[in-house]
Amino acid sequence: MSVTLDTRADPLTIAGVTFDSRLLLGTGGFPSLQLMAAAIAASESELVTVALRRVGTGPANGPRGSGSLVDVLAAAGVRLLPNTAGCRTARDAVLTAKLAREAFATDWIKLEVIGDEDTLMPDGPELLRAAEELVDEGFTVLPYTTDDPVLARRLVDVGCAAVMPLGSPIGSGMGIRNPYNISLIREAVEVPLVLDAGVGTASDAAIALELGCDAVMAASAISRAEDPVLMAAAMRDAVRAGRRARLAGRIPERRYATPSTGEAGRAHFD
Amino acid sequence: MIVNGEPREIPAGETVLALLHDLGLDEHARGVAVAVDGEVLPRARWEAFALPADARVEVLTAMQGG
Repeated sequence: MSVTLDTRADPLTIAGVTFDSRLLLGTGGFPSLQLMAAAIAASESELVTVALRRVGTGPANGPRGSGSLVDVLAAAGVRLLPNTAGCRTARDAVLTAKLAREAFATDWIKLEVIGDEDTLMPDGPELLRAAEELVDEGFTVLPYTTDDPVLARRLVDVGCAAVMPLGSPIGSGMGIRNPYNISLIREAVEVPLVLDAGVGTASDAAIALELGCDAVMAASAISRAEDPVLMAAAMRDAVRAGRRARLAGRIPERRYATPSTGEAGRAHFD
Repeated sequence: MIVNGEPREIPAGETVLALLHDLGLDEHARGVAVAVDGEVLPRARWEAFALPADARVEVLTAMQGG
């Protein structure tokens, strides 16, 4: 029996677009564009997020156009996934999504509607409302959601192309706090399941894939690591390992030992 | 007129493209989008669209973000 080590044989498909990589990368938090580009290359990610913010209107407050960021991402050959980061209402998120479609010429949107300042957890009712409206407007919607299987199913029911539940709060690095819920979401939806938020290190990403997630989104875990490029490579490997472990089918957990060496034929010395 | 939340002295009837020039941008700026009074203004209309005196304008651009 041969082992397929070629990730191209096991692509991720979202809304009809296939990706060899199962790692989505957030561009926030990198200290420089050069480091961001090197981390993207090391991660082998093909889908990266960008945000929209106001152009600076006064002297030296805010960016004067974003040519360099867009150029660096274009040179990296990645597909852009604009987000609605910071939006607190469905109305703001829908308008931001429409502006992102105009700015980046893509109808893909990572939909975020935040409902709590401390945890940055999603506002379920506003999220669902925005998702429905954006699907009706022809967007390919990837919603950042809580780890609630019922809300995940509702988001799929209104036409979302994927669901992106949190493992723990954004930037917290606490990993997957409720693996049971993530596995329930896996059973509840057939669209791609992308673990978003909370990943702190490579093992968190591997666990996500082992639980049945199709992909992992990582931002701070990479961009704020001491060595972002090395962590990007670690995440790349972790996602592959977790996916293979999922496909391989793990052994069940047992309370007591099961001998790995059979009793039959053991020598008796008395 | 309010541009990105700040009052700005702009002659009524100035086009969106002229405003973008003021901000150091042009019609080829990548990753830029404009909303006027809560509605997206497509790039194709930047050159001809005359801003009302009391317009609320948002000029947004790509930023690094998760």
